[in-house]
Amino acid sequence: MDNTLFWKPNYPKIKSLFSEQLKPMIGYYSKIEGKAIDQELKQIIAQDIAHAMNLSGTHEDRNPDFSNDRFYNSGDFRVMQHSYSLLLSTQSSLKTIEDLLDMDKEREKDGLPKKIRIGNLVNAKKDGNKVIVVPTTTEDKLVHDPTYGLGLAGTATGGAGDGEIGEVIGEVPVNLGEHGFGPGDAESGSHDIESKTYELGQMLSKKFNLPNVNEKRMKRAIIREKHDLTDINKGSGQILDKKATLKEIVKRNIGIGRLKDPKNINPLDLIVDPKSKIYKILSKETDYLAAATVFLVRDYSGSMGGTPSQTICTQHLFIYSWLKYQYEKLATPRFILHDTEAIEVPDFHTYYNKSAAGGTNVSSSFKKVNEIVEKEGLARDYNIYVFYGGDGDDWTKTGEDSINELEKMVKYSSRIGLTVLRHGMGFLESAPNETSLEGYIKSSGLLEKYSNILKMDAFNLNEATEERLIAGIKKLVSEEKLKVTN
Amino acid sequence: MELINQRTKGIMERCKAIARGQGLQFDENTLEYIVTSRDMIKLSPKIGIPTLYDYWVDDITVIQDTGIYKLQPHNPFETVVNTRPAISYYSDNNQDWINVMLFYHVIAHVDFFQNNDYFGMTKKDFKGKALADKKIIEKLREEHGTKQVDYIIEFSRGLDNLVGYSTELEKINFPHSLKPHSKLDFYFDVFLPIHKKISGPEFQKEIEAFNRYREQCNGDEGKTEAVFLEAILQKYPEFLEISIKEKAKEEKNKEKLDIMQYIAEYSPFINKKENIWMKSVIEIVRDTSLYFRPQIISNILNESWACYWHQELFINDKRLKTHETAFSKLDSGTTTFPKVGLNPYAFVELLRHIEEKAEKGHFTYEFMKIKNVEERKGYDKKTGRGREVLFFIRKHYNNFDFINDFLDQEFVDKHNLYAVGRRLNFSTNKIQFYIKSRDALEYKQMIIDQLYHPPEVKIDFPKTSENTLYIAHKFEGKPLLRKFINMTMIGTEYLWGGNVKLETSEVDMDNFKDLIKKKKDEALAKTKQTIDLEEVLSELKFNRVLYTMENKKLSREVMGVS
Repeated sequence: MDNTLFWKPNYPKIKSLFSEQLKPMIGYYSKIEGKAIDQELKQIIAQDIAHAMNLSGTHEDRNPDFSNDRFYNSGDFRVMQHSYSLLLSTQSSLKTIEDLLDMDKEREKDGLPKKIRIGNLVNAKKDGNKVIVVPTTTEDKLVHDPTYGLGLAGTATGGAGDGEIGEVIGEVPVNLGEHGFGPGDAESGSHDIESKTYELGQMLSKKFNLPNVNEKRMKRAIIREKHDLTDINKGSGQILDKKATLKEIVKRNIGIGRLKDPKNINPLDLIVDPKSKIYKILSKETDYLAAATVFLVRDYSGSMGGTPSQTICTQHLFIYSWLKYQYEKLATPRFILHDTEAIEVPDFHTYYNKSAAGGTNVSSSFKKVNEIVEKEGLARDYNIYVFYGGDGDDWTKTGEDSINELEKMVKYSSRIGLTVLRHGMGFLESAPNETSLEGYIKSSGLLEKYSNILKMDAFNLNEATEERLIAGIKKLVSEEKLKVTN
Repeated sequence: MELINQRTKGIMERCKAIARGQGLQFDENTLEYIVTSRDMIKLSPKIGIPTLYDYWVDDITVIQDTGIYKLQPHNPFETVVNTRPAISYYSDNNQDWINVMLFYHVIAHVDFFQNNDYFGMTKKDFKGKALADKKIIEKLREEHGTKQVDYIIEFSRGLDNLVGYSTELEKINFPHSLKPHSKLDFYFDVFLPIHKKISGPEFQKEIEAFNRYREQCNGDEGKTEAVFLEAILQKYPEFLEISIKEKAKEEKNKEKLDIMQYIAEYSPFINKKENIWMKSVIEIVRDTSLYFRPQIISNILNESWACYWHQELFINDKRLKTHETAFSKLDSGTTTFPKVGLNPYAFVELLRHIEEKAEKGHFTYEFMKIKNVEERKGYDKKTGRGREVLFFIRKHYNNFDFINDFLDQEFVDKHNLYAVGRRLNFSTNKIQFYIKSRDALEYKQMIIDQLYHPPEVKIDFPKTSENTLYIAHKFEGKPLLRKFINMTMIGTEYLWGGNVKLETSEVDMDNFKDLIKKKKDEALAKTKQTIDLEEVLSELKFNRVLYTMENKKLSREVMGVS
């Protein structure tokens, strides 16, 4: 974008202006050339034309010394001609997020890492009711690391108040990952993130090339009526359809014999009948749309404290936003949390912030989903998507319950995605190579049997960057069939 | 964004007159604007200087802040910038009496900017310079493409916290009396021992000769120097030439250049004909960083100073009438010490503490000699010099000096302050914050650890060549933040045109794991579930590590124990 602070004289415009004037002048000159006029007058005319022709180039052609490279040129012009400079305010030179994302994409081509991160969730602290998503970027510099590179939460600080020496004033889970996804203050509340998610979905689809949903089955015909300029009406209406009108006029004129030579039509000779005017008018159109219900399910037990929860929630927010964008806002979220039992929560804020301290029973969450779908008869009207996120830790190694529930789920779902975020359970313990959940899902054969519906993705917490989350989403929503290896 | 109206400007001038009466000193002219919250959001990435050059990261900050604002509307009451004339912005939502209080607050800020030694380099108007810089950058964007210029800005900004601020400041405030008599000192310190290799008894003879000359001239330093120089020149005619050459070398001493300056001067890539324009960009980024540095390192003192004065002056102002409770609520809310954390405004209490002590005469040698507690408590000489001390602090101190010199046990006790410690509970996997101690030294250390302190990264000249830029981080206890190293070095590699090596120290992770295990065992032996983190951190071992950036790929190798 051209960020000029000052108005530059638009020489190209002058060029066209003069060439318009040039033609008649040259024409005039050729007409008078033969006639007997004053020699002096001829000279003057010739000079004028030469001058006009000169002006039709850029000012650099006219005067090569007057180059635009000198720093003070614009200033001189402004001062001497008393013309005012148009100072662009910061507002008008702000780029939109789309332009910024395009710039970010360019960086990849130049071999530089991308800078803009989209998924930063911010929790309001005063009312405690809202969560928003903001884009952020960091300016990389060489700075001290107050956590010594050990991933310890918080730094030692000072404080004030009463209290005994040794008294505990606060507690945070150990921050095991390097890539935080925003603060997670626990405040109760009920509000949602609806307004921003559509735009977020748009941004994500653009930034990360997420695929489009292929099969949107028209389960329930959601009818959207809109008015569009699709119908035509002769004689009167809102907007004149010029092409059609002209055609009609020509037709009629041929009919009455006024048109002799079709190659040489003089528009001024045609008769225009009011009835030959054709207008486009607004009329009601009905659109049939598909709707989706997205179940966002996650583990909120003790092992998921801090970064793992934030990461899963961020990924789920991305998935939900993208689906909302795909279904043109007709996607409803349902939030399920589970530890040893599953509960449904009404909004994203609770989903994000609530945490429990108990053990983990993954099958309870699948069971809950199946229950809800059956009770409310959702399968009939909506395309159902289920996305599960957890650390793979399950109280059972064989997982029969989970497998049974999943078998039921695949019958009605368009897609089921399982994300496993592996992390070490104790301080400094490294992540396991395969978690319980992964183990029994893989050995159940479900991934092969229903490979077009059920997908699983697993990665370590310490590689959980925004890029990795998006790559995980791509894997979960891809149309690739799993290769069957024997 | 609009200027305040005449009536309000009249009030501001009256406030200024009152402030001047109390001893504050500042320039004649100031500008005040009323701004909307939207304007404030746009001004904030520009740090209040509307003419600062445009950069796309600022746009993201604005988008982000706008989003956050929708979530949680908030406004800073005022912002003041260190230009000439000083400009201040007031939120359009402020009530009138708040604006008067803010006038006093702003006046104190302006007084601080214009009198504190650390701001010695900002005496010229920055707004005008920023505008000129902005135009240069716009012109360069037209000539070389926005993307290219933005990359150079980005890479320069990656290094802009490493500028040689102290070196620059030194040049301004260096007292003339400390400047050596260059030629004589050069003769005795460098010429004789190094160039002529004269030492021992011969050297002694020279000194005696000098003393004889001085006696002959009856102690007149100027005459002695002139006479002695003549004698030197007769003996060593080459002395004059050599001394001039050395002086020139000293001035061009590249050891004094910071990284950005060095890259601009000596980088093979930038010194190519088609890249010379990049020098302007680097210089602009460097100058901007130097300009803002004093504000960062004196922000706590600055805010305390401003709070002190708005409290003093507003309480006596007639506009306080009927708003006493509101003002008290606002003021006390802003200046309390938080339960956990650092609130710069709260340190106004420290200023008052200092004033009180100075009034009582506690900073005198006489007082410090007294050992008896009761006598110390009752000591009150009513010196009347409280304000004088505060003005001295305002002129010569920054954050660190302020806190280091004056935060004492009395203050910590008076305000119930404590230092917070951390414990790792390895059974629940949580970090506990607990009240560690109410000792002044520990509390002070904790605050000082949080003050702004960029790492000291300098060029290692012997190891730098045309192909390799070798920079070394002088380890002061904390390692560098790893995730930022990659991008910063990619930028530096581009600017240098060759590979870049960074030497730094990092925690020895194996040793750390052993340490944790050891501590865990110790704790379990005492049937405790927690490890004290500060203890662990104090026993950390560090390795010297070398990062190499070549062709946008970063590699790391451990060099040895640091």
